[in-house]
Amino acid sequence: MSPLAQSLVQSVDWLAIAPPTIAAVVGLVVLVADLFVGDAKKALLGWVSVAGLAVSALALLPLLDGDRSTFCLTGDPDVCSYTADRFTLVIQLLVLGGALLAALLSVTALKDANRGLPEGEFWFLLLSSAAGAALLPASRDLATLIVALEVASLPAFALVGIKHGDRKSSEAALKFFLSSVTATAVSLMGISFVYASTGTLYLTEIATRIENVDGQLHTLAQAGVVLTLVGFAFKTAAVPFHFWVPDTYVGAPLPVAAYLSVVGKAVGFSGLILVTVIALPSYADVWGPALAALAALTMTIGNVGALRQQATRAYSAVRLLAWSSVGQAGYLLVPIAAAAYSEDAEKAIGSTLAYALMYAAVNLGAFAVAALVARTKPLNRVIDYRGLYASRPLAALVLGFFLLCLAGLPPGIIGLFAKVTVFSAAVDAGLGWLAVVMAVNVVIALFYYLQWTTLLFRAPEGEPETHRVPAPLTAAIALTAVLGIALSGAPQLVLRFSDTGLF
Amino acid sequence: MIDINESVMQFLLAFIVVGPLVGAAAALLPAPPGLKGKSPEQAVLRHGVTVTGAVLIAAIVLTLGFDHDHPSKMQATTDISWIPALDVRIHLGTDGISLPLLVLTALLTFLCALYSYFKMPSGPTPKAFVALLLVLESGTLATFAVLDLLLFFLAFEMVLIPMYFLIARWGGEQRQAAAWKFILYTLLGSVVMLLGLLLIGIKAGTFDMVALATDNHPALTTSVQVIAVLAIGIGLAVKTPMWPLHSWLPDAHTAAPTVGSVLLAGVLLKMGTYGFVRILLPITPDGMSTFAPYLAAFAVVGIIYGSLACLALAKQGAKGDLKRLIAYSSVGHMGFVLLGIATMTPTGVNGALFANIAHGLITGLLFFLVGALKDRTGTSDLDTLAEETGAALYGKAPRLGGLLAFGAVASLGLPGLAGFWGEMLALFGAFDPADDLSRPAFLTFMAIAAFGTLLTAAYMLIVVRRVCMGATPQQEGPKLADVQTYEFAAWTPLVALTVVAGLWPKALLGLTDPAVQQLLAGGTR
Repeated sequence: MSPLAQSLVQSVDWLAIAPPTIAAVVGLVVLVADLFVGDAKKALLGWVSVAGLAVSALALLPLLDGDRSTFCLTGDPDVCSYTADRFTLVIQLLVLGGALLAALLSVTALKDANRGLPEGEFWFLLLSSAAGAALLPASRDLATLIVALEVASLPAFALVGIKHGDRKSSEAALKFFLSSVTATAVSLMGISFVYASTGTLYLTEIATRIENVDGQLHTLAQAGVVLTLVGFAFKTAAVPFHFWVPDTYVGAPLPVAAYLSVVGKAVGFSGLILVTVIALPSYADVWGPALAALAALTMTIGNVGALRQQATRAYSAVRLLAWSSVGQAGYLLVPIAAAAYSEDAEKAIGSTLAYALMYAAVNLGAFAVAALVARTKPLNRVIDYRGLYASRPLAALVLGFFLLCLAGLPPGIIGLFAKVTVFSAAVDAGLGWLAVVMAVNVVIALFYYLQWTTLLFRAPEGEPETHRVPAPLTAAIALTAVLGIALSGAPQLVLRFSDTGLF
Repeated sequence: MIDINESVMQFLLAFIVVGPLVGAAAALLPAPPGLKGKSPEQAVLRHGVTVTGAVLIAAIVLTLGFDHDHPSKMQATTDISWIPALDVRIHLGTDGISLPLLVLTALLTFLCALYSYFKMPSGPTPKAFVALLLVLESGTLATFAVLDLLLFFLAFEMVLIPMYFLIARWGGEQRQAAAWKFILYTLLGSVVMLLGLLLIGIKAGTFDMVALATDNHPALTTSVQVIAVLAIGIGLAVKTPMWPLHSWLPDAHTAAPTVGSVLLAGVLLKMGTYGFVRILLPITPDGMSTFAPYLAAFAVVGIIYGSLACLALAKQGAKGDLKRLIAYSSVGHMGFVLLGIATMTPTGVNGALFANIAHGLITGLLFFLVGALKDRTGTSDLDTLAEETGAALYGKAPRLGGLLAFGAVASLGLPGLAGFWGEMLALFGAFDPADDLSRPAFLTFMAIAAFGTLLTAAYMLIVVRRVCMGATPQQEGPKLADVQTYEFAAWTPLVALTVVAGLWPKALLGLTDPAVQQLLAGGTR
């Protein structure tokens, strides 16, 4: 190759980009295969997708040996668009693992829907969204970041509205779509402001150049910072961008709600972390207090919303999980806010990662049990869980465990220590008031989690009916339960991220 | 007393903490062949007795193997890294301060399991009951055995869920509300406590209680200590409970089943006061001395408030509930413990620790007796029980009446019984508080607290008069069963230990005093 061509043609590190790429390719394969597979064999598509997600998660293994970067500037190999460092790998594991569990739930949901849901499209959308979500933490320039954000979100809108002829589903999708697109538009405007004031899209470059922004452009840069954050705050469902959550979760198929509650959040906060900690550390005095206030508001409003759910209302279980996920998003934001005040930002960010991993495992587990209950009680009210212990003792024990993990009380030891890391990030950063707000919230949250847990062990009303549990659902519940219990015995497995370098 | 290999001691202490947990898991499984017993219920209740019995034996052997010549030294220590990211270590150990509490917990839980074996509280399956009881035991024992701040917090939280379910499922009237009040109050307290613990741990760079107590970390400046003591103190004070944070206690006690009340009063409250002695006194002495006068003031108010509440409840026509009355008396007794701690002198702290144990024994006994009375008569309402002249327990069931009178006089602090020494030492401590505390203030507190003992005597005697005495009805009413054999078995150890501790206080003080001296001297003596 001539030197000129060498300087123009980039060499691509295929291994580094394997995880999102595999997910995307399998998605396309499934979409095409859907055309040729007979109705009787549609279930095969689901298993291919599950396998594809498993393979793309396994593709993370060879990357463990060290940081890799690709799509770098030919002139400056240090400035790259795609980096697979520890942070990326952790989020990719979370995203792909979460998508895998959601896929396991979907296999059963699609089978139960009995062709009510278009299978080929469903799997294609799920895999594309997962690919986008896996790409996002690796992206190191604002353009890639936005593209990844959209690749993750656009299929999600369609997934929410995928129930044909269901008014609630379409309404939820529309709500989700409109609010999300507005947020993205605002975010894009913010990015253009940042680009205008710094002249670059690479995060690391922005970090150095934004310190020397011309005085006239200072306001522009500041406005850009704030507007950029809005889009990501929306994805994490931070207050005041949370209103779409309950209706969307209720309207969407349950596995999609589970997917959004974990992967959707991961997309939001990993984007937030990249923009704040990597691109704009010098603006910590702007985004630090903003995020701290956002965290306090989010957890309070989310938990109060969950507290106000009536157990007898239709779909109250999903609604409760939706509001509680808003509350949990507040806890996830605390360490990011703390990173602004702390000397060791990476340590604080690590607390968010540790908390997110715990949350992903137990929240998906709770959704899995909810999916199990929804098979016999389609209204999925909290009251429907009464006496679950009598009919399905293991499912009840496991759900109780998940809920107590979310509440952060023993026996949910991992939940407790994940909260402790978040608290310690706040205390370490001197954000005492935020820690106190969070303490109050933990108590509020305990009330509704424990109320639900108590119901499980009540005497059931009427004869308990037992059905055979489909294998994929059992697998999802078992997987999350084993994860939760293993982590409770050895919290270090996830908490170590709060103690090591990430970037 | 007897020489036991160090690794055996380590194993014993670890077994005391972990054994009940394993037992709790085993209780949920079906009984293996050969241990099925007469019915699944009987089998699982027997399982509870076996496990708690094994733990009690382990605790007694631990006491025997404990080096009584060096009670200030941490013994049977285990120190393994668990979560390096948070610097949490599984650090277990016991000294003269925690050993008596360990034995008390193991004893009371065993007696409760034994009592339930014969008299299972009405409610859902005994399987869950036994499992929860064992988790509760593990949590309380862990609280007294761990030497790491975050593990202490974990153990502190571990008792919440089992106690909540014990009250909400096996309790009496108003149990739901009482259980909620219990768990929300204590959780709010303990989360605030966590913030204080994290503050200490982050500033000092370690969560290890022994290390924190021995070296005076320069990073723990007075202002840090003040904030930490405030946060941790609130959490511990809710648990203790200190007036005005006590309001969960009477409801919880009234609604809880008998064994729940016994464990709540006998053991769970001690976790609060133990935290004061183990964490606040040695690690944050400056912050503690800032707050000591306030703590003492609240403690004294608690003493008077508890006694007045009891007097009001004991009055004729007040519709006072006996369980509630004993609960309020606990507020008063724990006030003496807090007063002793607030003096920050060896005398006062020793008195506090003694009063802790004494209160566990005596109030445990009283709750057992009132529970038995309620089972027999169907009520614990004092007016219904006493009717016009008095319940005449002496006439109807002389042994039960006698035991109740014994418990009451022990509780009011009769010299020669366990209740006396702790309160007297606490008052002595207040007479001569630590150097940097205001003596006149503490003299005032002492005088008020001494007046409180009079009030205590007054209401306890009223209770004895109204419950035990009275005219025996002439006509043959429904017969009141006297004390049964299993009840004797469950109560005799408490009675015997109350007498022993009263007559031979040195057995306990000899253990606590050197350890207290060392704690107050900053871990180095």
